[in-house]
Order: sequence, then structure tokens, then C-alpha cells
Amino acid sequence: MKKIISITYLIFLLLIGSYQVNAAEKTDLIKIDWSFNGLFGKFDRGSLQRGYQVYSEVCAACHSMKYLSYRNLSEKGGPEFSIEQAKAIAASFEITDGPNADGEMFTRPGKLSDKFYMPYENDKAAQAANGGAYPPDMSVLAKARGGGANYIYSLLLGYEDPPSGITLDDGVYYNKYMYGNQIKMSAPLSEGLIEYGDGTEASVEQMSKDVTTFLMWAAEPHLETRHRMGFKAIVYLIILTVLVYYSMKKIWSRIETEV
Amino acid sequence: MSDKNPKRRDFLFTATYAIGVVGIGAVAWPLIDQMNPDASVKALASTEVDVSSVEPGNTITVLWRGKPVFIRRRTQDEITEAKKVKMEELKHPEKDEDRAKDPEWLVMLGICTHLGCVPLNDKGDYNGWFCPCHGSHYDTSGRIRKGPAPTNMEVPKYEFVNANTIKIG
Amino acid sequence: MSDHDYQPSSKLGKWFNDRLPLLTLSNHLAEYPTPKNLNYWWTFGGILTFCLITQIVTGLTLAMHYIADSDLAFASVEHIMRDVNYGWLIRYVHANGASMFFLAVYIHIFRSLYYGSYKSPREVIWIIGMIIYFLMMATAFMGYVLPWGQMSFWGATVITNLFSAIPLIGEGIVAWLWGGFAVDNPTLTRFYALHYLLPFLILGLVVLHIWALHVPGNNNPIGIDIKKPSKDTVPFHPYIVIKDGFALLMFMIVFAFFVFYSPNILGHADNYIEANPMVTPAHIVPEWYLLPFYAILRSIPDKLLGVIAMFAAIFVLVILPWLDTSKIRSAVFRPLYRQFYWILIIDVLILGYVGAMPAEGIYLLVARVATAYYFIHFLIVLPILGYKEKTIPVPLSITEPVLGGSPNLGIIKNKKSLN
Repeated sequence: MKKIISITYLIFLLLIGSYQVNAAEKTDLIKIDWSFNGLFGKFDRGSLQRGYQVYSEVCAACHSMKYLSYRNLSEKGGPEFSIEQAKAIAASFEITDGPNADGEMFTRPGKLSDKFYMPYENDKAAQAANGGAYPPDMSVLAKARGGGANYIYSLLLGYEDPPSGITLDDGVYYNKYMYGNQIKMSAPLSEGLIEYGDGTEASVEQMSKDVTTFLMWAAEPHLETRHRMGFKAIVYLIILTVLVYYSMKKIWSRIETEV
Repeated sequence: MSDKNPKRRDFLFTATYAIGVVGIGAVAWPLIDQMNPDASVKALASTEVDVSSVEPGNTITVLWRGKPVFIRRRTQDEITEAKKVKMEELKHPEKDEDRAKDPEWLVMLGICTHLGCVPLNDKGDYNGWFCPCHGSHYDTSGRIRKGPAPTNMEVPKYEFVNANTIKIG
Repeated sequence: MSDHDYQPSSKLGKWFNDRLPLLTLSNHLAEYPTPKNLNYWWTFGGILTFCLITQIVTGLTLAMHYIADSDLAFASVEHIMRDVNYGWLIRYVHANGASMFFLAVYIHIFRSLYYGSYKSPREVIWIIGMIIYFLMMATAFMGYVLPWGQMSFWGATVITNLFSAIPLIGEGIVAWLWGGFAVDNPTLTRFYALHYLLPFLILGLVVLHIWALHVPGNNNPIGIDIKKPSKDTVPFHPYIVIKDGFALLMFMIVFAFFVFYSPNILGHADNYIEANPMVTPAHIVPEWYLLPFYAILRSIPDKLLGVIAMFAAIFVLVILPWLDTSKIRSAVFRPLYRQFYWILIIDVLILGYVGAMPAEGIYLLVARVATAYYFIHFLIVLPILGYKEKTIPVPLSITEPVLGGSPNLGIIKNKKSLN
């Protein structure tokens, strides 16, 4: 038994080691104790709802979220807006639909089944409007960056004046967490930029934290189910393993050999 | 075979088997359920149709949940014909009033209840619909009158949002 | 207890078995005499079968939702992750399942190396195993392309470009592989078709692998030929079945930990960015299980020679039964080989590490030394060792100890005194 545990342990070390190798990356990020980490990690609803507000009032001007639908906003495990709230959010966007019977495209208020409204018609338009830099789609952004949530959070707080000796082109900003330290997005958040519906003070840290939480949920909408199911699955496996272990001992006791 | 306590052995093995079987069942379910309609399909529940341009005696076909829906603006003759049919003549007795909330408008799934073909408009022995696959005849209320289909064409849940718009679903 | 003597007890069973001897087969599998001293390193064969079946079943269900089209592939994966019932679970099991599969296969291979399971009369089992391993790498590589993320695209570009190293016809082969002038939609659709096909080829080879195993029977930790059935063996069922089952459950706990708590830890973040033929990610890294070969490829400054070295690294494994000249199978009785064995393991781990690092400076130097040692181990150390090594006396049977006390204890004592 001890042998097996040590083998399992070794395997873990190897795998984690190989991961560390993969992830051996750049500057130390600001690390936060996110509520969604850990065995029972869950999203903070309030933070998700505020995060959506930050996204819709700030980020959505340039960043699309094309894999999300308005219905997701009211689904379990997400911001859990009420159906009415989600419908109202959807209806506040003019969605292009069609063609109608005359072959014309038309606009109508959004429905729950619609995907999030896209700020630009296509990638080229997005690039043209942003000085050649494409504002990445945010649907899976939190999984698409090494460091994940910590990276996004750090990036939002990482704007500073360039160190002496570094000159930046027009439309390029200095960010100590960005790869190469040069970013084409100006600092998107500033103190009190938005007014939270729930009265929380909109400090840059608070907004960064909220919008990061929101992006993490957007990238991993089933995270809470996954954690819950994982706990059950592992408890189940451990129980079965113990039973099988004793069954094995029993069976092997018929012959004079150690298992 | 030196078993001092056969009862305990039996219990141990039974428990192991039982719990193992539960696990296999739990693993099977996601693999089965993945074929059920997914969240994005379920979300496409309703369609709104503008019927302002439909003339009496005409039918339009719209797609709802991947199936054709017939929306017919019936003429007075058709309505009268549908209403005067006696219940005992019907294979699947349903009153016309129960099928068409507003007698002028008949809204139903354009799918033959026999094996799922789409019946043809204004055809058949009862001035309604005729299914080309196996020859089922429907009347002006979409009720089965002759042929192999067992039931009337299904009326989906729908409502008039306003005088010109029908919301199906 | 020979297979031919088996007669089903029921009349129907006999009737059926006379026409298709499935019951004889299942009886053979259940009664299959297995050395009773197999340790837990031997349970990975069963674990690998589990891995293959898991990959096929989850892959089949994913294929019901995935769309192999360069415009839609990424979105269809997101659809699976978001909307399909349990789609996230099935995909994470499939993605991490690939890593678990390789983890198990590496343990299986290194077990074979330690206990000399590749030696006569098991050469064919070993070679089939190596073909399976090679097909696994091909399958995993093509599977990694399917989500059509940045790593998918650039990984496909880099790996297919390996063939351009072939003189004269290289460029033609690459264009043929791509079905175009770059990795694009035709590449994706054919990779999908092949990714679907290869697992079934692997499944067929696994049957051959097991068939070939059942001819001489299992090797065992002391590496001696045993009479079967005898005091040294136990029937496969229930003894080995329950032991394999126990080990499999332990393995599944590790597996579940990855799937439920760190599903993306073994993947690369860049693969959540949709493929973009205009931008290459800053670091292109293959999946962890291919890193040692990747390091060998990059350690050679010449393009063609690098590719040859990489394939040669697999090929030396294929001819291993003839490179190892020692008549003794198990490393338990080969004190020197045992040292070299561990050096090889460290060497492969180093190759894996430098494979993940940028190919420059100290890393490149280390990669070169490690690559050289890898080949030295197989091509020079092993052949010479067989003649020079002074081995420890091998017991005659598992139950008849020659070293005093119970045989297992004897081995353990012996090991301790040597280390």
C-alpha cells in the first residue's frame, strides 16, 4: 500500500513538474485568493454581476464575447440575474436578424437566445478602429493567457509610466505585466469610472477583481458544477478503492503470497 | 480456500459489486445525456411571425424548432365546412373551435402524424391537406379524415402578440 | 487446464461454443496462468486498456458535436464546452485522457525496460507495442490539431514541416499532407478522419499485443521462465483482475483530480486562442509527452539530421531486443544495468525539460549532451554491458528461493545490499 502511495505521489510530482516547465513564464503576477479556486471554489455572485456591469460599460465598447448568449446571464452557476433582468439586458441591444420575407436584414431587440452583441462587424473592422490592434474576444480570455485570472487582474493594475530610457510610440502604453511590456490598450479603468448598482465603491482594484471574476466565469461557465461533481466523484472513487482493496486482500489470502 | 468468516466475505464482495455498478451507471448517464437537446437548442423556443400580408385562402409555412408550421388564413367557406363536421365522423375527434382560437387563423405543425412527411396544401378529398407519402387526407381544420395517420395535425402553443403578429412557442 | 480441454457446462453453451469458441476464449482469459509475483508496475497494461476505451468512447461522443471546418471548429468546441449536456466533462476527460494515456504508456514501457520484458521470446510483443506507441503519438498529435487553436495550428505547421527535410520530394510530401500551400481546412478535415481511424487500428494492435503476450505468458519481476500453470502462477481471474482493478481505481483518482480540478493544467493557454495563420505564439511547445523527442529534434543543428535523429530515437527502441545482449532479463540481477537504467530515466526527464525551454544557450548544450547519451545508452552501453556485467545468481523459480527466506524478501534484501 505504501508503495502505491509513493508511486502515485511520484506521478503527481512528475506531472506537476512538467506543468511548471510549461508555465515557466515571466514576471510574478499579483496573486489573489480567488473565491473560485480550490476544491469547493464558487463564484461570488455579487462580483459576477458587478463584473458584467464593468464588461458592458467599459470593455464591451471594443471587446466582443461572441460565444456567450444573454440566456447565460441567468443560468445557474453564473451571475444568476433573474430571467426578467436577463431579458431586459438582452432587449437593450439592437440585434441584426433576417433576412425577412423581402430578403432584407432588419434589427430587433435582443432575445435570451441571442449571442452577445458584437461591437464590430468583423475582425478587420475591429482592427481598423483600434489602430491595427485587434481587441481579443473575451469569451475564453481567462483561459487563453498563461496565469489565467491572476494575469488579467495584474494586467488591469499593471499600467505605469515607462521607466526612463524607454520611449513608446503613439497609442502604445507601458504595462509591466504585458508580454514585452507594450500594450495598445490604454488603461481602461479609473477610480469611480462606473457607478455600481449595489453601491460597492468602484475602485480600480474592485472593478478589476469583479471583471476578472466575470471573465473567469465566461471562460468556464460550468466551473461550479465541475467542482461539485469532482468532489463527489473522488469521494466515490476512494470508497470503491477501499472496498476493492479489502476484497483483493481477501481473495489473495487464499494463497500464500503478499499482494 | 481458508475462509474463516464467509459471511463477511460475501458482504464485502456484494458491497464492492453494488457500488461499482452504481459508478458505471453514473458514468453512463453523461454519455447518454449528451445526445439530448442542448442548452442552445432549448433556448430557441419561440418564433414570431408577421402575418399581415397573408390573404384569405392562403397558407404560409414558417420554420419553428426545425419543423414547418402551417399558418392558414381560412375563407368563410372553409370555416363553415370545418365547423359542420360531426364528431362521430372523425377518427380523432376534436372541435374546430378547439383547434383554431380565432377561426380565421389555423396554426398547426405541418407534419403528417403518420410518419412525419410534410402534407401538401389544398389537396386531398377534404379540401385541406394531403400527405403524398402514404395518402393521408386532412380536412380544412387539419383533422385526419382518411388514410393511415392516427391523429390530427398537432396545434402548437401560440398566441397573437398583436393583430399582425403570431408568436409560436 | 489446457484450453482444448474446456467444455461448457450447459448444452446451449456447448452448441454455441462448437460453432464459435468464444467461451473457450473467455475461459482461457480467466484461467490464464499469471506469475503470482507481479508487482504493481504490471497493472499498467490493464490501465492502458481502460485509457484506450475511455478515449474511444469520449471521442465518439465528442464527434457527435464537433465540426471539422476551419471556420467552425473552434466555435464547435466552445459549443461543446458551454451548451452540450456534460460536454465540458466529456471533453476534459478526452483531453486529459490523452495525457493519462501517455503517462501510463511511459510507465508500461519503462517497466518493460527494467524487467527486460522485451527480450526473447517476447520481441514481437515489444515491437507491436512500439507500433502502438508510435500510432498513439500520431493520434494524439492529430487530435491536438482539431480544436483549431493557436497551438493546434502552429504545432501542425511545425510537425508537418518536418517532412520538408526529406531531400527532393520533401516539399511535395508536405503539400500533399496539407492539401494546400499551408495548414488549412483540407488539413483539418483529413486529420479529423485519421484521428477517428487510428484508435481503431490501435485497438486491433492491442488485441495482437495481448495475443502475442499469451503465447509465452507474462514476464515477472525476477525475469525467469516459469512453468505454467504451477505453484508460481495464479489464474488471471480473480487474482489479477482484482489487483488490476485496484490499481486502476488509484489511477482514476489521479485522473479525476486532473479532470475536475485542473483540467487545463497540462494544456497550453494559447490553444484557447483561435488559430491565426498570421501570428505565431511566442513559445511553441508540444504536449508534455512529446517533449523529449522535440528536444532531440532541436538539438541537432541540421534540419534533415534532426528529423532523422528524432525518428531514430524511436527506432532504437524497436530494435532494442537485439541491442541488449544480456541473457538475464530482470534488472534485479543486473547491478550495473540498474545504474544505467536510472541514468536513462534521468536523461529522458532532462530531455523533456529542455524540450520545453527555448532552444538556446545552456538549454541547447544540455539537450545535445542528453541526446548523445540517449543514443549511447542504447547503441553502446547495452550491447557491451551484456558481455561485461557480472550478474547476481537468479533463482530457479518464484517459490523456490535460492537466496534464503521467501523469494520476494530475498530480492528486497539483495537490492538493499547493492544500493
